[in-house]
Amino acid sequence: MSDKVENGLIESLLKEQFGDAIRSVEESYGMLDIVVKREKIIEIIQWLRDSSLLSFNFLTSLCGMHFPDNKGEELGVVYHMHSFANNKRIRLHILFSISDPKVPTVTGLYKTANWMERETFDFFGINFTGHPDLRRILNMEDMQYHPLLKQYPLEDGTRTDKDDKYFGR
Amino acid sequence: MYTGEGYGLTRLEKIVGLARANSIWPLPFATSCCGIEFMATMGATYDLGRFGAERLSFSPRQADLLMVMGTISKKMGPVLKQVYIQMAEPKWVIAVGACASSGGIFDTYSVLQGIDKVIPVDVYVPGCPPPPEAILDGIIKIQELIKTESFRRRESDEYQKLLTSYGIE
Repeated sequence: MSDKVENGLIESLLKEQFGDAIRSVEESYGMLDIVVKREKIIEIIQWLRDSSLLSFNFLTSLCGMHFPDNKGEELGVVYHMHSFANNKRIRLHILFSISDPKVPTVTGLYKTANWMERETFDFFGINFTGHPDLRRILNMEDMQYHPLLKQYPLEDGTRTDKDDKYFGR
Repeated sequence: MYTGEGYGLTRLEKIVGLARANSIWPLPFATSCCGIEFMATMGATYDLGRFGAERLSFSPRQADLLMVMGTISKKMGPVLKQVYIQMAEPKWVIAVGACASSGGIFDTYSVLQGIDKVIPVDVYVPGCPPPPEAILDGIIKIQELIKTESFRRRESDEYQKLLTSYGIE
């Protein structure tokens, strides 16, 4: 099976099926990276999962990203998908503005996305609309911000034993 | 010539202090590599049992000495405080290693910058991680504290004030 499903085939099938919703396709280290439109992400993932030829039946990973200098598309969500039948991995990602951090949930397609989306919400403040239980998962529940957004410092503000002039802050 | 068993005179406080100091029941609260060093400290080569602290107590109710070894995240803070509150008086606390003492290298949003932010600490053991010799040194320091502690210290206003400053009782 694995010799049948090559990156080129996946790319052409996706473009044929979704046309404009596929914004760009790149390949790095032999892995496809497909940028898609946010509105179509669920449809595309469902199609990749349900296609009998491709059958990307496993969502390996889902995570957020933040590029503050990429104006208008500061935030993103990355989906890693794996096909056991074809021993094939691909990466999909979407980009959107930080002023509108809303993404439809994929928990309806993959149960495993539940905790991954909670983590992404916890660290990046991305709201997954339709998620059954969107609350913080790793940080303290009373935390007031989303710590992996780059406007926040990594260091803990309560530390008193470090002198700035020795630590170059 | 008198050949009986004889007797000595001392203060009750000193006898009790001596007994307490040489029969510590430590509660190991080990979260990372300092805990591994503690395991070596308990092992045959270093043998904490030589100091009367053979019997580890994994229930805070029967423990005398809380040994915090490793990074304490902010989410773990309330758990640690709960364990401290559950211990019966008199109780002592030893912070083993850089993380428990000050947050160590983990100067970050998720890590408590030293356990003395949530509970009072009697002895700090430096090192990252401290070798078993250093942990033994800390235990001996604790023994000195126990031997010389006044009976009424735990009822003193100063002690109550200390606990109140941590929001305990």
